Amino acid sequence: MLTATIFLPLLGAVIAGLFGNRLGSRISQLITVIPLLLSATLSCFLLYHFGWTGETETVNLFTWINVEALEISWVIYFDTLTAVMVFVVTLVSGMVHVYSIGYMSEDPHIPRFMSYLSLFTFFMLMLVTSNNLLQMFFGWEGVGLCSYLLIGFWFKKNTANAAAIKAFLVNRVGDFGFLLGILAVFYFFETLQFEEIFKIAPDMVGKTFLFLGMEVDVLTTICLLLFIGAMGKSAQIGLHTWLPDAMEGPTPVSALIHAATMVTAGVFMVVRLSPMFEYAPLALTIITIIGASTAFFAATIGLTQWDIKRVIAYSTCSQLGYMFFAVGVGAYPAAIFHLMTHAFFKALLFLGSGSVIHGMHDEQDMRRMGGLFSKMKITGALMWIGSLALAGVPLFSGYYSKDIILESAFASHTGAGYLAYWAGIMAAFMTAFYSWRLLFLTFHGSSRADKNVLDKVHESPPIMIVPLLVLSLGAIFSGWFAVDYFVGQKMNEFWGSSILMLDDIIEKAHHIPSWAILLPTIVGLTGIICAWVLYIKSPNLLSRITAAVGPVYKFIYNKWYFDELYDLIFVRPCFYLGRGLWKSGDGYVIDAVGPDGIADSVLNLAKRAGKVQSGYLYHYAFAMMIGVLILITWFLFGFFQ
Amino acid sequence: MQSFPVLSLTIFLPLIGVLFILLVRGNDETSARNARYTALWTSIATFIVSIFLWINFDIGTADFQFVEKHQWVPAYQIYYHLGVDGISMLFVLLSTALTPLCVLASWKVIKERVREYMIAFLILETMMVGTFSSLDFLLFYVFFEGSLIPMFIIIGVWGGGRRVYSAFKFFLFTLTGSVLLLVALMTIHFQAGTTDIPTLLNFDIPAEMQPWLWIAFFASFAVKMPMWPVHTWLPDAHVEAPTAGSVILAGVLLKMGGYGFLRFSLPMLPLASEQFTPLIYTLSVIAIIYTSLVALAQEDMKKLIAYSSVAHMGFVTIGIFTSTVYGIQGGIFQMLSHGVISAALFLCVGVVYDRMHTREISRYGGLIERMPKYAVVFMIFMLGAVGLPGTGGFIGEFLVLLGAFQVNTWVALLATSGIVLGAAYMLFMYRRVIFGQLERADLKGIMDLEPREIVIFAPLIILVLWMGLWPQPFLQVMDASVLNLMQNYQDALGSLDVTGLSNR
Repeated sequence: MLTATIFLPLLGAVIAGLFGNRLGSRISQLITVIPLLLSATLSCFLLYHFGWTGETETVNLFTWINVEALEISWVIYFDTLTAVMVFVVTLVSGMVHVYSIGYMSEDPHIPRFMSYLSLFTFFMLMLVTSNNLLQMFFGWEGVGLCSYLLIGFWFKKNTANAAAIKAFLVNRVGDFGFLLGILAVFYFFETLQFEEIFKIAPDMVGKTFLFLGMEVDVLTTICLLLFIGAMGKSAQIGLHTWLPDAMEGPTPVSALIHAATMVTAGVFMVVRLSPMFEYAPLALTIITIIGASTAFFAATIGLTQWDIKRVIAYSTCSQLGYMFFAVGVGAYPAAIFHLMTHAFFKALLFLGSGSVIHGMHDEQDMRRMGGLFSKMKITGALMWIGSLALAGVPLFSGYYSKDIILESAFASHTGAGYLAYWAGIMAAFMTAFYSWRLLFLTFHGSSRADKNVLDKVHESPPIMIVPLLVLSLGAIFSGWFAVDYFVGQKMNEFWGSSILMLDDIIEKAHHIPSWAILLPTIVGLTGIICAWVLYIKSPNLLSRITAAVGPVYKFIYNKWYFDELYDLIFVRPCFYLGRGLWKSGDGYVIDAVGPDGIADSVLNLAKRAGKVQSGYLYHYAFAMMIGVLILITWFLFGFFQ
Repeated sequence: MQSFPVLSLTIFLPLIGVLFILLVRGNDETSARNARYTALWTSIATFIVSIFLWINFDIGTADFQFVEKHQWVPAYQIYYHLGVDGISMLFVLLSTALTPLCVLASWKVIKERVREYMIAFLILETMMVGTFSSLDFLLFYVFFEGSLIPMFIIIGVWGGGRRVYSAFKFFLFTLTGSVLLLVALMTIHFQAGTTDIPTLLNFDIPAEMQPWLWIAFFASFAVKMPMWPVHTWLPDAHVEAPTAGSVILAGVLLKMGGYGFLRFSLPMLPLASEQFTPLIYTLSVIAIIYTSLVALAQEDMKKLIAYSSVAHMGFVTIGIFTSTVYGIQGGIFQMLSHGVISAALFLCVGVVYDRMHTREISRYGGLIERMPKYAVVFMIFMLGAVGLPGTGGFIGEFLVLLGAFQVNTWVALLATSGIVLGAAYMLFMYRRVIFGQLERADLKGIMDLEPREIVIFAPLIILVLWMGLWPQPFLQVMDASVLNLMQNYQDALGSLDVTGLSNR
């Protein structure tokens, strides 16, 4: 059953990929959707089984690499953590597959699209079912590849191609850290199997080694290197620039890859390695700070964007920040809890916005929307549900998971923890604000769309609405339903051995001052009210405010100028250097001294030698005399010696 | 004890094909077709024979296998001595596997002097197989240098516009190295009284002589690899060479350098190797970063791939000189996978070159629309070159880096940066050639892969994925030999360390 769950998506992907054009769109859709729904069904049973029993199970497929101490097999490893991830991945992926049938119905490349989606799902499953770092890296790069292919799916669009390359390369920068981390792990642990790493990790505390000429702590270095990988994949501040651009891809892709699954791989990785990260407190502190900064920073940008998908993309970035500072303060279950609820409501929001874009005939700019609620009642209502969950309004799923994260941060009683708490509070306010800004701009108020477009606006077909309904169930109930298992009384039995927490931070989180517990909800509601005031009640106030804080607004609107900065210090110098080295290094230095130089000097010599043969007798006689002279001298000196 | 001479058969079977081609005279279309078919069948037969090497190969031993030994120049203790071990066996297969593909790739493109072309390729095959299976230094030298001549001719006769310049540059560089190698060979013969490789492997060359010999070896092998800064012949040679020439050049000839380091420098001159390791690291790291940056600026597809080869070979030299099992196995594996991947990439360039007669990246764009199959094939090999896990490219790089990290974290760090740059130039090229709008009028009629081309690519695709997903069969073959090499290397360093201390 385990094997089937993982390999069904691959089967669909391969068949649709190789024979899709011959089979036609309809069959390709079926051949990918059915296996995925099957594997989603299986994953429900698996979650039930592993969550209930807390067991683990390993299926060894075959040997991958075996060189000396390096022994890696292809495996399928299951424990509660994996089961949760497999459940989330297959469920969201299944819904996205179904949704895509409707969304992409007019695209000429349906088989290719479906095949990529299924392939992505397979790689994601390989990533989460790994029991060693190398297979995880395989899945990690595989999802990166599919992300690249899907972002650039509309290959005629130059912006899409550029975004695809950017995503791949920025991720590669992260992978650079991940790979070094793997190398370092192997150097010290002589294994890449999680189980064995976790056994040795406690003994590594306090050990140092010479890395790049500096004496550094082993575990801290390893964890930070691995975290760089996580930063790339999960779009944390500094390596986040690819995520907003990735919205160039089709919307189902954004929902599946850039909201629910792939971008959470970084969080998953750190949680999976919790038995190692727990022993590297400094690394955890840094993770907390980076997570908190991302949560805050991405939320600010979300306030100012006009593209409906970009707003949600920055929101994703910000929510990932929450997950990371949860991890940083040691509240791993809370991070995974939020990962799950976020997967549901963010996929819902993305697919909902896709429904809007579809209905508006490819319009994404919110300045040309407004008042759509009357035309798209179901979509509008579903978007409301998603936003309520995102803003953490009580009883919706986001409320449970976001609160436990903020409470844990507060309960950690460390500097970084408090920083994360306050950054999280501010971000929570902004989250509520931009979510309702989005709702108001899109669905309420008066319409700013063209008359022609507006007339053609329609509600999406059932094939797109049904997946949204399923996800909305998750967005409403998953928090309420799972809170006890994930972070409540049944936590320890549920997670079993899959997560290690040295400190019972979750327990402490239940015992913090009540104002700290209430504050997130209060700021959330305030944010909603503020959005209502500014966008519905008195829109004039809004322009006055933006005018008053002009430079700040511009700074935020331009995304803190990260892209421009990177272009200036990395991209252009690389091309410049490349050209320079080629022309001057290879051309003027190496070749000029080397082959061309030699050839030239040989030619020169030959010419001179040619001149010597002048034909005049006295020249030759003179040369002969000199020769004789030299010979005589040579012999004389020889004798004297 | 002499069993069936499989190796000799593998080496000389192509020459029998040459004989057949020579027997059929004439310059018309029929004789050209004859030549093509003869070359194809001969090279396929050679490949089949060479497969027996792998099937009957005993992975449990580090000894040379399929040994053949006959007197050649008895007065000087020079033998006709053949054999393969875990290090060389797979290179023999690489050579025999690529040759039939090259013949197929040249099927339609080569219209002038077809007979001579095919003869050149078959002779080249003999030389390559001979190089990898010689167990006598002189015999090795003959094959090693002999391979230059057909290649020189292939570039010089069937090459592009600046073929003569390129051919000479190629010859000048490699010949300089060769001369020094010959001097080293003679010196060793004076010292040891034999050129028998197995004997030499156990012969202790005096410590003070090692650095000089090492430099002489280095001069030859570094040019072949090619290492920075003696790499500039490679882009020119590739650009002008016909597609099949590039394939063999990148696929096999470059590997002779790495093979030389493994067979001669490391085991015969362990002390000097240890001493010069920092030099190798420096040059390799420069090669990886420098050539990756240069590749980023290229406008010519073949040049870009040529520069990427230099970067990939940088990984190989790092791996070999980490003198760890991981590094060396990774180095060998990287050579094999690069042999397949770069060969395939050159074939990919060849496909569009045959149709449009230009290699300029900016002349293409949007090919995916007309050539979806080609786009997929190109994508797979592009990803192989990028070193994506699941393709052969990853395993080699990973093992090399694993070895490098054990020895020197700086080298590991800088070499790892190559994976970012490597992805950059490949992706940019792919995007500019395959994606985007198909705008140029002359591209609108371009045809997708024909069956012949699919036949060429299919085995290569299988190989790349096989090497990435289940590399064990390849790694197993190397195991014993590499371990043995390491053991001897460490022993030599250990024993001489003691004398080294007393000398101080």
